[in-house]
Amino acid sequence: MNLSGASYWALRVFTWMVLGLLYLPLAIIVILSFNTATSLSWPPDGLWLDWWRKAAAADAPRDALWTSVKLALASTGVALVLGTCLSFALARYRFFGRSSLSFLVVLPIALPGIVTGVALRNTFLRLGWDLGFRTVVLGHGTFCIVLAFNNVIARLRRMAPNVQEASADLGAHGMQTFRLVTFPLIRSALLAGGLLAFALSFDEIIVTTFTAGAGVETLPQWILNNFARPNNVPLVTVVATVVMLLSIPLAWLAQRLTGEPTGLGAGR
Amino acid sequence: MGERLERAAGLSATAASTGGGAGRRASRLFHGHPKVGLGALLSGPLLWLIVVYLGSLAVLVVSAFFTIDEFTNQPTTQLTTANVEEVLGTRAFWDTVIRSVAVASAVTLLSLVLALPMAFYVAKLAKPWARRSLIVAATLPLWAGYLVKAYAMRAVFEPGGSGGQGGGFLQGAVGWTPGFGRTAVVLTLTYLWLPYMILPIYAGLDRLPTSLLDASGDLGARPLRTFRSVILPLLVPAIAAGSIFTFSLSLGDYITVKIVGSKTQLIGNLIERTLLAPNQPLAAAFTLWPIVIMIAYLIVVARLGAFESL
Amino acid sequence: MTRKRLLAGLAASALVLAACGSDDSGGGADTTAAAPSGTEAAATTAAADTSVAAGGGGEALTELGEGEGQVNLIAWAGYVEDGSTDPAVDWVTGFEEETGCNVNVKIGNTSDEMVALMQSGEYDGVSASGDATLRLIAGGEVSPVNTDLIPNYADVFPDLKDQAHNTVDGVSYGVPHGRGANLLVFNTDSFPSAPDSWGVMFEPDSPAKGGVSIYDAPIYIADAAVYLMATQPDLGITNPYALDETQFAAAVDLLNQQKDLAGQYWSLYTDQQTALEAGSVTAGTTWQVIVNLATANGAKIGAVKPKEGATGWSDTWMISSKAQNPNCMYMWMNHIISPEANAGVAEWFGEAPSNAKSCALTSDANHCDTFHAEDTAFWEDVFYWTTPTATCLDGRDVACVPFTEWVNAWNELRA
Repeated sequence: MNLSGASYWALRVFTWMVLGLLYLPLAIIVILSFNTATSLSWPPDGLWLDWWRKAAAADAPRDALWTSVKLALASTGVALVLGTCLSFALARYRFFGRSSLSFLVVLPIALPGIVTGVALRNTFLRLGWDLGFRTVVLGHGTFCIVLAFNNVIARLRRMAPNVQEASADLGAHGMQTFRLVTFPLIRSALLAGGLLAFALSFDEIIVTTFTAGAGVETLPQWILNNFARPNNVPLVTVVATVVMLLSIPLAWLAQRLTGEPTGLGAGR
Repeated sequence: MGERLERAAGLSATAASTGGGAGRRASRLFHGHPKVGLGALLSGPLLWLIVVYLGSLAVLVVSAFFTIDEFTNQPTTQLTTANVEEVLGTRAFWDTVIRSVAVASAVTLLSLVLALPMAFYVAKLAKPWARRSLIVAATLPLWAGYLVKAYAMRAVFEPGGSGGQGGGFLQGAVGWTPGFGRTAVVLTLTYLWLPYMILPIYAGLDRLPTSLLDASGDLGARPLRTFRSVILPLLVPAIAAGSIFTFSLSLGDYITVKIVGSKTQLIGNLIERTLLAPNQPLAAAFTLWPIVIMIAYLIVVARLGAFESL
Repeated sequence: MTRKRLLAGLAASALVLAACGSDDSGGGADTTAAAPSGTEAAATTAAADTSVAAGGGGEALTELGEGEGQVNLIAWAGYVEDGSTDPAVDWVTGFEEETGCNVNVKIGNTSDEMVALMQSGEYDGVSASGDATLRLIAGGEVSPVNTDLIPNYADVFPDLKDQAHNTVDGVSYGVPHGRGANLLVFNTDSFPSAPDSWGVMFEPDSPAKGGVSIYDAPIYIADAAVYLMATQPDLGITNPYALDETQFAAAVDLLNQQKDLAGQYWSLYTDQQTALEAGSVTAGTTWQVIVNLATANGAKIGAVKPKEGATGWSDTWMISSKAQNPNCMYMWMNHIISPEANAGVAEWFGEAPSNAKSCALTSDANHCDTFHAEDTAFWEDVFYWTTPTATCLDGRDVACVPFTEWVNAWNELRA
């Protein structure tokens, strides 16, 4: 395909412009975390490190961060197990309701969070459960299943089926085959799906609001509660900056490990 | 086949695995009875998805037909169509639904317009070594966090006081801002979900063999014609896949709307407000709208092949 | 074909599931609310002389035991301050040290939110306004309070005790927190001299147009009714919470008209505070605490109670029928109406305290005078938030609009 020089450059500039626009608001937040004023006004009144000092001393964001990490790990675990089971079932067997199932697995993430959140909350309350850590894990796990499922099934479909037969021919039984042959092959897909599930669960706010009880405060909840309080706004910008500085290198590392850009299963 | 496995297991007795007898027995069970294997694989996810999730949704839908005790605000099990009639019969609520669909569509279109040229450049025109870094750079903002980005956009659009003092980035840098409202909502939602549109389109373009594009050029098509007649039709599944997220995440959003939307109300706000009234059955009646809209949307994009391009 | 059967089966089981679930959580919901359900609650308490069980509901504590270590409260913003908003404003830390009850507070932005939160059963108590109290009592969400276990109750102003909104059939359901009026806040740049009428928020030609800040809750319809009491007396409104169809329609019309003037609908108090500080509010309905906070950050504003009167609140601390920490809750109730704490919160929030002894302890010696704590005449045109019911609250023999309709009307207005 022959593009004129002008078109090539136009596309190139456009791409860089879009990238710039993606990062500009984030840069603004980072700069505002050093702002002397407590508002979001621009340009900043002055720069100082006070908010960083206060953030270092504050307990609440640290606790919230830790809660979010624990929650994300638990939800990821749940999602990986269930998603992998499901993808094996769909990839290897033919059965009634197969296509409905792939539709069903996307539903939790395709329906707006408020619907999922309200529905699950009602169920938990009717069952008489206390809303707390467990219920949030269930909520998050539900919409994270699709992430694990998509990545693993994409890999399974690419994998030659006779690899497992060859393993069987060589004398390995089912469990051995899984452990020594299949698992290493899907490992990177599990990692990719797991990372996505972790990120989604860590960041989620809407389903969390409805399924968390009084005792659970995740980092997004902390941010939401504190951004509303004018005097705490700078504290939130500091925490936001820290989260960005932690998660972005992590994401970069993640995609290095998995060898593909962490899409929802994209990258075939 | 089961026989064969037993003999093979016996022959390779030296290959004693750390899985032990239990593992071997389990494998034999699963291998000899494929339905059991399937059942075991499916039972966990099925139990979860169907009983817990689908069941919750079904209960929610049914609760839309409950009445509410006027004084205690608790739902009762008396059935009524009053809630659904209220939702369908009030002009203002129709306006909200239409507004929400309009916003979601606008966000999807805007994301598409921004994502397509960029994904094309990265997938087809950038140098191979740059390709990787560029697409990673486009997806990293996803990890910054939804709320962080929504508030960042608040800092961008803040109009400040009537004299412009205390204004945000746009007011301070350019002297003008659209302020908070529907425009800010559309722009913020686009900003939030753009990477979700870029990724599948990039993947789709990546899959597209460049030879196809060359062939089209050889047949005399100018680049724009190639784009319209060759690339775009082949990208439909990828675009459909990306649109699931931009559309659904925008349709039901109420937090971004509260942050940058000022008086704007979308269907998610209506649901939240009604839940807090508290009037759970009426809120459930409102949720019927996004459920119906999204299921219809999913059916359409499934036909377009979105699920394979997710 | 099988798919349809599956779907039908699912729907049927969902119906059954939903029905079963509701019976469990409904409490008194199945009984038709003909007479005020207070009679049922009274009957239960009459029979109760055992010490309360958490989760039983409907029985007052007979004996104060050891603190449980924590207490979970739902409160209005500014009611439960532990120094995190302003280090000098703290009446929680002392309580926590003294009683060992760690205080966790969830801020409710509207009475409706508080009712919804109480229904979840996760909290020990709530500072409920009059438009929440009777709903909570009727729904079985709160238990009667044994005021003998609360020493400071004796010092509460007599005209706050045994009121219709906190006492049912002689049974007390809470301790009064304090009372105040919703005020008109105005920007001193737009209004160099203070306005004296709600008209600046309602009249189409108001100079405040485009910057009007309105409380985002169905109960605000009563504010429109208060204005109509003065401007359209032939509607015959005597109680802004007792509106028949005609009066209600007039109020809703006024509010629809107001949308052209509106700049902001706030439920989070900090949203109004931020807007006031940014200077984007010309006039609005507000609480004194927001005015105080915004002024401290440099906002150029003032606040008045207009001549038409105002809606207001008289809040009551109530204990949940499902309270996990009843002893700590009683200790909290006693503490918050103690002279020092009540003086602190009354000054911070900007309201009249409920404890008569607090007036001597406020740092501003004139606080009680400013807020008319001892002036019963002042409260005559303050209409405390209360729940509108189909039986008219002013005793008329017509059909009044119940609160569920208020919610629908507000939804429609805001949609």
